[in-house]
Amino acid sequence: MDVIELKQTLPQVFAQQTDIQSDVWLRDVKLERGKTYLVEANSGTGKSSLCSYIYGYRNDYQGTIAFDGTDIRTFGVSRWVDIRQHHFALLWQELRLFPELTAMENVQIKNQLTAYQSQQQIDAWFEQLGIADKRNAKIGRMSFGQQQRVAMIRTLCQPFDFVFVDEPISHLDDTNSAVMANVMMTEARKQGAGVIVTSIGKHMEMDYDHVLRL
Amino acid sequence: MNLVWKLLRQHISIPQFAGFFFANFVGMLIILLGIQFYTDIQSVYSSEDSFMKEDYLIINKDVSTLGTLAGSSSTFSQSEIDDLREQPFAERVGMFTASAYDVRATFDVEGFVRFSTDMFFESVPDDFVDVKTADWTFAEGDTKIPIILPRNYLDLYNFGFAQSRNMPQLSEGILGAMKLGVTVSGAGRYDVFEGRIVGFSNRLNTILVPQQFMDWANRTYATDATREYTRVIVQVGNPTDENIARYLTANGYVTDQDKLDSSKTTFILRIIVAIVMGVGLVICLLAFYILMLSVWLLVQKNSGKLENLLLIGYSPARVSHPYQLLTAGLNALVLLLALATMLLIRNTYLNMFTSFFPDMETPAIWSSVIVGAGLFIVVSLLGIVAVRSKIMSIWRHKN
Repeated sequence: MDVIELKQTLPQVFAQQTDIQSDVWLRDVKLERGKTYLVEANSGTGKSSLCSYIYGYRNDYQGTIAFDGTDIRTFGVSRWVDIRQHHFALLWQELRLFPELTAMENVQIKNQLTAYQSQQQIDAWFEQLGIADKRNAKIGRMSFGQQQRVAMIRTLCQPFDFVFVDEPISHLDDTNSAVMANVMMTEARKQGAGVIVTSIGKHMEMDYDHVLRL
Repeated sequence: MNLVWKLLRQHISIPQFAGFFFANFVGMLIILLGIQFYTDIQSVYSSEDSFMKEDYLIINKDVSTLGTLAGSSSTFSQSEIDDLREQPFAERVGMFTASAYDVRATFDVEGFVRFSTDMFFESVPDDFVDVKTADWTFAEGDTKIPIILPRNYLDLYNFGFAQSRNMPQLSEGILGAMKLGVTVSGAGRYDVFEGRIVGFSNRLNTILVPQQFMDWANRTYATDATREYTRVIVQVGNPTDENIARYLTANGYVTDQDKLDSSKTTFILRIIVAIVMGVGLVICLLAFYILMLSVWLLVQKNSGKLENLLLIGYSPARVSHPYQLLTAGLNALVLLLALATMLLIRNTYLNMFTSFFPDMETPAIWSSVIVGAGLFIVVSLLGIVAVRSKIMSIWRHKN
C-alpha cells in the first residue's frame, strides 16, 4: 500500500456545517508511504473519526477514502484483517490495551499474531522506553503514560506501510516523548513506512514533511 | 491462542455452563436410553418370530361341539373374506392354504433318532413371511423344500416324547442342520423331497411351506380341486384397535388373545418410548437454549475485549474459535458421558432381561450411538454458527 487518498471526505455529523475550514475535510488529500505527516486539530474536529475511517472501524462519512486507488468501502472482512495485520498500524488514543494482561502479554498478544518482532527487540524497546521493570505488571496497575509506551511497542509489532498514532504523547514528558518518537521513526524508516501523527497541542518533535490542520 | 483464551475466558459463568451441562446430559441420556431400550426390548419380542412381519392376527372360526355334530363348516366363504378385507383395521388379508395331498416326514439324525410321521403342510402368501427370499423359494424341479415349524412341536418332542422314551433332546441348531425326508403323494404320484427347517415359530401353529410349493403341489398331487380356507392371516395397523375385538365377536371368529396382547404391548411400548424420547428431546432443546444464552451473555460481557482483538488484527474466525471450541467441547463431553452412563444402565437392565429371556440376542448399540452423534453434530454446528454470527455483529457494529 503506497497511497491513502481522501476525496472530499467529511464526517456525517459535520454535514450540516457550512463554515468548515480544514486541510483534510472536503479536500483532496494524498498521504504517501515514506513521508511523515502531522495532523493538528482542536478538540471535536474529528481527529479520532479520521483514524477510525482509515482503519475501517467506522464508515459514517461522506466522500471517498481510497487505498492505492481502491475505495475502502468495497473491502470485505478478510481484506481488513490483512490490512490490520500487514499494512496499517494504529495507536489508538484510548490505547485499547487489555487490563487483565501484563504489559508484556499485551505486546505478545499482537506479536504472536504477526510473529514479526523478536523477543530481543521487544525487550530492547521496553528498556529504551523506561518500562523494563513493568514488563510483568498488569496494565490496569500502570499509569496512563506507561500504558502509552506499552501501546506504542504493541503498535510496532507488525509489518506496516503506514503507522497512524493518535495523540501518542499526551501523558509523556518531553524526554520520554523524544525517546518514543525515536523508537517509532527508527522502525518506520526500517520498514519504509509513512507516519501520521495527530495532536491537539503538544506534539512529537520531529521533522514532518507535511503539517495538516484538521 | 493461550493469551487470547486467557482474555476470553473472563466472565465464564461456571454455574451457567454447569446448568447447561447437566440439562443437556439428562436430555441426551433420556434420548439415548430410550432408543437403546427400545432396540433391546424389540429384540426380545422379535426374537420370538423374527421371520414374521409384526402386528398380524390369525383368525379362524370357533369349532364347537354342536357345529361338529351338525356338520357345519368352519371354512371362510368368499363373501366373509371380502367383508374382512373391507374392514378399516385390516391392512392386508392372506389365506392359509392347506395341503390336499398326503405328506409323510422322516426325521433322521444319524446315531441319535429316527422316526417318521404323517403330517400336513400349510402356506400363507410369501409377503407375510419375513425370511430372506433366497431361503424361502421353491421352483418346480427343486428337491428341497424350506419349512417353518412351530416351536411347540420341538418342545413337545424335547420335554414330552424324548423325555419319556429316553431319547436325546434336540436343539434348534441340530434340527436346522439335520435331514428331513419328505414324501409327498397323491393323484397316483409319489415323490421324495428334502425338507430344510429355516425357522421356528411361536405364533404360527402350523407347518409352513412357501406358497409356490403349495400351489404347485396342490395342482400336481391333489384330486379335489376345490379350495377352502379355514384360517386367515390379517396384518393390522394398530392391534389395540377396539374394533378388531368387536368385529371378531360379532362374526364368531377366534384369534389367539395372547398374541393380540403381545402386539398391544409392543405397540404401547413403542408409544411410551416415543413419548419419553420426545421429553428427552425437549430437555435437550431447552439445554441448548441455556447454552446459547450463556454463550451470548459471555460474548456480550467480553464484547469490549473481542472488539479490541478484532481491532489489533485478529480475524473474526480466530476470535470465534475459543467459544466455538468451548461449545463443541462441552457437547462432546456430554455425549461421551451420556453414552457411558447409558451403557452402564443398559448393562444393569440387560442382566435382568437375560434372566427372563435366556435366548435373547443382544443387539448392537449403533442406533443410539448414531443418534447421539447426530444430535452432537447438529447442536455443535448450531452453536458454532451462533458464536460466529455474534462475533460478526461485533465486527459490523461500527463498520
